[in-house]
Amino acid sequence: MNQSISNNPDSKSVHLLHRLYALQQQHLCISSESMQQVANEFCLPVSQVTAVVEFYTFFSRGPCGRYHLLLSNCTSCGYLVGGENFLLQFTQALDVSPGETRSDGLVSLGETSCIGMCDHGSAMLVNGMPLILHNADRVNHIAQLINAKTSLADWPAEWFQVHESVNKKGLLLNQNFIPGLSLKNTLAQGANEMLETILASGLRGRGGAGFSTGQKWQFCRQAEGAGHYVVCNADEGEPGTFKDRLLLRQHAESMLEGMTLCAFIIGAERGFIYLRGEYRFLLSDLQTVLAAYRRAGLLGQRILGKEDFDFDIEIVVGAGAYICGEESALIESLEGKPGIPRIRPPFPVTHGYLNQPTVVNNVETFVAAAHIAVHGSAWFKTMGTTQSAGSKILSVSGDCELPGVYEYPFGVSVQQVLQDCQASDAQAVQIGGPAGVLIGKQDFDRQIAFEDLSTGGSFMVFGVHRDLLTINRNFASFFAHESCGFCTPCRVGTQLLKNNLDKIAEGRGTRQDIVEIKRLSELIQRYSHCGLGHTAAHHVIDGLQRFPQVFEENLTQQSFMSPFDLDKTLEEARQITQRDDAAAHLK
Amino acid sequence: MTHNTITIDGQEVPFEVGQTIMDAALAAKVYIPHLCHYPGLTPHGNCRLCSIEIGKKSVAACTTPAVAGQQISSNTPAINAARKSITQMLFIEGNHICPSCEKSGNCKLQAMGYFLGMLDEHFPQFYQRRKIDASHADIVLDRDRCILCDLCVRASREVDGKNVFAIAGRGTEAHLIVNSSSGKLVDSNLEVDDLAANICPVGAILKKSQGYDVPIGERIYDQHTISEIGLQESIAKESKSDDN
Ligand SMILES: Cc1cc2nc3c(=O)[nH]c(=O)nc-3n(C[C@H](O)[C@H](O)[C@H](O)COP(=O)(O)O)c2cc1C
Ligand code: SF4
Ligand code: SF4
Repeated sequence: MNQSISNNPDSKSVHLLHRLYALQQQHLCISSESMQQVANEFCLPVSQVTAVVEFYTFFSRGPCGRYHLLLSNCTSCGYLVGGENFLLQFTQALDVSPGETRSDGLVSLGETSCIGMCDHGSAMLVNGMPLILHNADRVNHIAQLINAKTSLADWPAEWFQVHESVNKKGLLLNQNFIPGLSLKNTLAQGANEMLETILASGLRGRGGAGFSTGQKWQFCRQAEGAGHYVVCNADEGEPGTFKDRLLLRQHAESMLEGMTLCAFIIGAERGFIYLRGEYRFLLSDLQTVLAAYRRAGLLGQRILGKEDFDFDIEIVVGAGAYICGEESALIESLEGKPGIPRIRPPFPVTHGYLNQPTVVNNVETFVAAAHIAVHGSAWFKTMGTTQSAGSKILSVSGDCELPGVYEYPFGVSVQQVLQDCQASDAQAVQIGGPAGVLIGKQDFDRQIAFEDLSTGGSFMVFGVHRDLLTINRNFASFFAHESCGFCTPCRVGTQLLKNNLDKIAEGRGTRQDIVEIKRLSELIQRYSHCGLGHTAAHHVIDGLQRFPQVFEENLTQQSFMSPFDLDKTLEEARQITQRDDAAAHLK
Repeated sequence: MTHNTITIDGQEVPFEVGQTIMDAALAAKVYIPHLCHYPGLTPHGNCRLCSIEIGKKSVAACTTPAVAGQQISSNTPAINAARKSITQMLFIEGNHICPSCEKSGNCKLQAMGYFLGMLDEHFPQFYQRRKIDASHADIVLDRDRCILCDLCVRASREVDGKNVFAIAGRGTEAHLIVNSSSGKLVDSNLEVDDLAANICPVGAILKKSQGYDVPIGERIYDQHTISEIGLQESIAKESKSDDN
């Protein structure tokens, strides 16, 4: 309907997000003038450009510093991990407050949601590059380098080394993938037969929801449209997940082939990889693999010499928004808009990118599909459970000796994973990230599988020393920060939930607040528009059910406590009047 | 046209293929509370007041297609309690000082509060700081009262053919913006007779110098419930489309 006003991104050679990224790099901000200029270039209303700039964390209207530090606030790779407070240390070492740019314009400091470095401990993005924080000495060293205006290229290279610790290989990671073989098989079998193979394999989506991949492809293939599209969801935004990072770095070939054989089955000529902005450092290597595939005739026109088999893939890099992992928000973002989830139905399989039939699958799903095309459906089904065929690649992080990537047959118990990663004192595990399930010891014998504990890959271990209320507060802030703001229950409710948990943590919560939290959680979960809202309160509901003492211990005995601390609210007045005597306090 | 039926709170309601549950309900004079829905504009589903239940599932009536045989619950104590909470959320998110607001008595948010028996705001206020835009000669935009319903955005785009408004920012930072290089209303092409200038359910888009033309006590929701007005709007729209 609004196609006449909004743009057709297809007609642009540069993607809007990439154009804005370039401006942000060049000017350290995106000014009103720049937005007007981009609006003219893209023939878009300036309000759409503004809405995009304001939606994504990595764009800013005000100036960032020449060194822009964004510290992860995840429970596994965040600035509080390991008993340090790296954010505070930077604030002191650099004399700049979080959320601000120092007056000399040299440095700015801020927080960001999980950057997918959970197996490395505390980490941050400096001008978009992941850097491992390690210890307080490193913070001081960084501050010195910044104050001396040392170019990032001259910072110690090992700070930027992202290691892939594959601690356990299974069905997929053990295979030696021969480039092109899955596509040759697909061409030899034909689209119908290969679709049957994928269907028969029982492959279900690895992004979390577990929809049958074969069925999704079948629906898309049957849907009528001017063009069909294949989208690889490499947004990997669920805190605690980093297995797609490994796949994108070391198994990109099978992912590309998975996308390509999907294209052959559904009749698509174009595909996209939607890469989260936090993974921009993987971009050039991915481009190299794409180029090699084109040279080898495995991508582009007449793939493997077959007439009419044309398919190519573009990479679109996001700009910091968890909601863009939700498939319809992702498609909006691909179309150069804020990532607001669409009304579903219609689903992307019939009305996706540019309202055309579109398959959206997770990175791991495409990798699995390519292997199935090589080894067949029976091979795939040798592992897993009846409802969850094959293997699952987990990202294990938190309080364990051996964080990293583990591949298991579906059906593995939580206990087994804990044993393998050497988590000796786990009191709880968060499975599937903040949107998933929080379980305690009594549930450690449960299985990782769609029919029991489903996960997109995140497996975060919390040892006995961790304060679980702090974890719940962290997750609540995460959702309040990442809510797209479209619908009332999620936009307002996630913020209220965060405030409520903060009140309890401050020791000001009453029994009534617990009742209130439960009611609010149910409201958000039940009445929100999309999956983010539907899952945003799970962690609190689980926490209250499985770890009630964590909340109880912090309650005051008083029957009523005002939502705000009266004395604290007078602080501003005290500062203005320069008073701090007893009479200027309420206590 | 094929006629089918759905059931809302035990009452059979006919629908035409392609209609949403909201369309069908309003046409049959069954009121489902709503704030971001307006007959004739593309449904959006952001306010969630029209949440209804089909089986165990909760969905928005304004965006869910009617399908023959649907058994729908709408006017139940549990759903109305949730609707009241959602209304309270909208109140505390913005800055709604009803006694000093020109829109008082004509405001749908306020009327929804009456309708659902809301006696207090329940949740703590957010006290957000939001900007006022009084630059336009005839119209003022007071973002303190904006409930982000998107009606002005859609009205401008779909009916006025102008695209004056948009919503920008994420989460609680979401706010209404104006499509002009200065971001000010005066530099937009909004005019008083545009639907966008008249559709705001609350006192966020107001026409200047008209605030007290109708005295308090004689205003719309001083005399009617929001359910009556909601049904009237739908009938008005239908007779209009019949004329065309
Ligand atoms: C808030 C939210 C965030 C999501 N993030 C991701 C993500 O980062 N990666 C992903 O593959 N799927 C994510 N999903 C699931 C996608 O919507 C979609 O189901 C998935 O990409 C489909 O692929 P699959 O069937 O291969 O799992 C997310 C869903 C929601 C509701
Ligand atoms: S549930 Fe949250 S993220 Fe989803 S549409 Fe509503 S506000 Fe946006
Ligand atoms: S200004 Fe009024 S019509 Fe526009 S979004 Fe806000 S509340 Fe809705």
